[in-house]
Amino acid sequence: MIKINNLFKRYKEQPLFNGLSLDITKGSIVAIIGPSGSGKSTLLRCINGLVAFQGGYISINGYVLHGFNEQSYNKADVEITVKNIRKKVGMVFQQFNLFPHMTVICNITEAPIHVLGISKAEAESDADSLLRKVYLEEKAYRYPDQLSGGEQQRVAIARAMAMKPEIILFDEPTSSLDPEMIDEVLSVIKELTHEGITIVIATHEMGFAKDISTEVVFLEKGKIVEHGSPKEVFCNPQSERTKTFLSRFVKIQ
Amino acid sequence: MKYKVFLIGIILLLQMFILLIPASFKNALAYQDTLEKIKNTGVLTWGFDAEGGAPYVFQDPKNPSKLIGFEVELVYAIARELGVKVQHFQNSWDSILLSLQRGDFDIALNGIEITPDRKQSVLFTRPYYVYTEQIVIRAFENRINSLDDLHGKKVGTLYNTVAKRMLDEMGDVNVSTYSGQVEPFKDLLLSRIDAVFVDFPIASYYAASNPQLRFIGQPVGEGYYGIAVRQEDNALAEKLNKIIEKLARDGELKEIYKRWGLWGSLQEKLFLHEGLLQRYAEMPPSISDRVPITITTFLPTLLKGALVTIGISILSMMLAVALGLFLTITRLYGNKWLQKISTAYIEIYRGTPLLIQLYILYYGLPNIGITLSAFAAAILGLGMNYAAYEAEIYRAGIEAIPKGQTEAAQSLGMSRRLTLKRIILPQALRVAIPPMTNDFIALFKDSSLVSVIAMVELTKSYSILAAASMNFFQLGIITALLYFGMSYPLSLYARRLEKKLRHNDQNK
Repeated sequence: MIKINNLFKRYKEQPLFNGLSLDITKGSIVAIIGPSGSGKSTLLRCINGLVAFQGGYISINGYVLHGFNEQSYNKADVEITVKNIRKKVGMVFQQFNLFPHMTVICNITEAPIHVLGISKAEAESDADSLLRKVYLEEKAYRYPDQLSGGEQQRVAIARAMAMKPEIILFDEPTSSLDPEMIDEVLSVIKELTHEGITIVIATHEMGFAKDISTEVVFLEKGKIVEHGSPKEVFCNPQSERTKTFLSRFVKIQ
Repeated sequence: MKYKVFLIGIILLLQMFILLIPASFKNALAYQDTLEKIKNTGVLTWGFDAEGGAPYVFQDPKNPSKLIGFEVELVYAIARELGVKVQHFQNSWDSILLSLQRGDFDIALNGIEITPDRKQSVLFTRPYYVYTEQIVIRAFENRINSLDDLHGKKVGTLYNTVAKRMLDEMGDVNVSTYSGQVEPFKDLLLSRIDAVFVDFPIASYYAASNPQLRFIGQPVGEGYYGIAVRQEDNALAEKLNKIIEKLARDGELKEIYKRWGLWGSLQEKLFLHEGLLQRYAEMPPSISDRVPITITTFLPTLLKGALVTIGISILSMMLAVALGLFLTITRLYGNKWLQKISTAYIEIYRGTPLLIQLYILYYGLPNIGITLSAFAAAILGLGMNYAAYEAEIYRAGIEAIPKGQTEAAQSLGMSRRLTLKRIILPQALRVAIPPMTNDFIALFKDSSLVSVIAMVELTKSYSILAAASMNFFQLGIITALLYFGMSYPLSLYARRLEKKLRHNDQNK
């Protein structure tokens, strides 16, 4: 479903990915873990075309994004490809990024109405059922600044779901939340795993990653150090780096 | 301790006032009599407005540092008779009598018509020139043959002149008033107006030699130019009267006027007959002086000016808002060339004075075949200038929107255009509204600048009224109050908006 092949990405002359490859199969739930600055967020942004990269390619359901230094790169094609990819791939951000000038319901219906061309009535009834799924049906006509962080993030999840994506990328969805709000967001994400959507989640919540994921990728300095089932990575890590990284979390838990 | 500081402050302030007072009364205090002062110092200070123009007093086109004109020659002849030197004092014509009263100069001699209302504030010598008013039209104009034909036509004239008052009293003449003498003739040639009605010397100098223009009708509205001195300077006035008589008898005045093409039967009458001074004194007041300026006459004029100010401000702000948005979008999202053009536009319009931009729009563009009405030029001038400032406000607003907003919109599949329209601009405009309101208040006051292109708005209405009535103080206060009454609600609104926005931000 997602094939990342030999990805090269430099950021301000500093190499970030130096030939990274990763395959993600349909329906899998991939947790990307690793220290801050290891490239987790950038990798997610490469997947849905928010960030351009120099070399290699990323293929999603047959739509191929080439690095802009590759010979096969064609600027005109990129726009169409990115457009198609974004229809299939939703994203939830660390900072929620709700539209502050719109009510909760308008945040959710905005893209279905203006991008997919769905009627307002249909978009709103979809939004209603999504809000029920994230337990916020009574907040439909509030503005984002009237909600708590946890509530905002749940709206952001509903907003991404409204586009009926096949893949959702979560970029550290609980990292800017107060501790008491983390669980409400995690439980909503956990419920999504039963809907057959492919999920890629960058997270620092090791317990959660171990609990819900089908695969775990440990990323450090733009390199995949370890890749396997949660059991393999968490209980029997192969590399020293992974062991040291995980030991910090084990101690806390 | 606090009281001490307060007291010292008051004393310092009083001292400043005391220091300022002698500066304005120095001349009056030093010499009881101006004639005595002139003789003792050997200097005659002469007030005039060279901007008023030819053929009275103006800069020699061949040598701009030198002043020429028939009045220059007259003043130098007078000074020679007095045995003193001439000191020049350039003063705006509108306020020339006011400056005379204040003591800035000894005599005001600059085509000042002797009228009863002016005689209430200054003393005039005997006339040195008999003027008439002249109608000037385009050479091929055939609708206008006399003063009566000016009814319903657009007629240009000069501020604060007898000609202007004559036109006003005709009732239905569409009068355009100018402060410079060249501009009405320019606008006549451009067909912005149908006729020019001004003092004969002006018409003679600017239009007589132009084959595209011609004089029509009998000279009308005979009147006199006199030298103005302060009311208490009887001795100086007497002396000047004797000198004018002598210059007339000697034929020197005739020489001067002949050189400037101003000698005619009228001047003959003025100087060859005895007892003219007597006759002048018995003359009934001219038509123009029957209406004294009272609250019932000036308030409607000021309110009309205020309406023009509001109209110009609103229309030009609408233009500024729309054009500013276009500039910002092309600057931030356009291709390389559009970006360069918008940036250049913004820098040029912010980096040059609005006044110059207005002059170029109104008087400059006709040279390349684009003739705008004063109203259109005013709105374009203000609107295009403020668009540059609005563009910068929008840019700041757009750049203040977090990058996450664009990312979120794009991740939902929204195009750049849709993101801008639905997500970025609505938020940026919200941030931009308080500074925009402040700009509107500034534009509102800057609109007074358009008076230079023959737009009569509030400030110009004030200066016309004030110059005519010599009442700069009370009219000034009333005009300022009118401006304040219009702009204060706006600033209250701006402050409320800012508060509301800050409140919203705190809720996050």
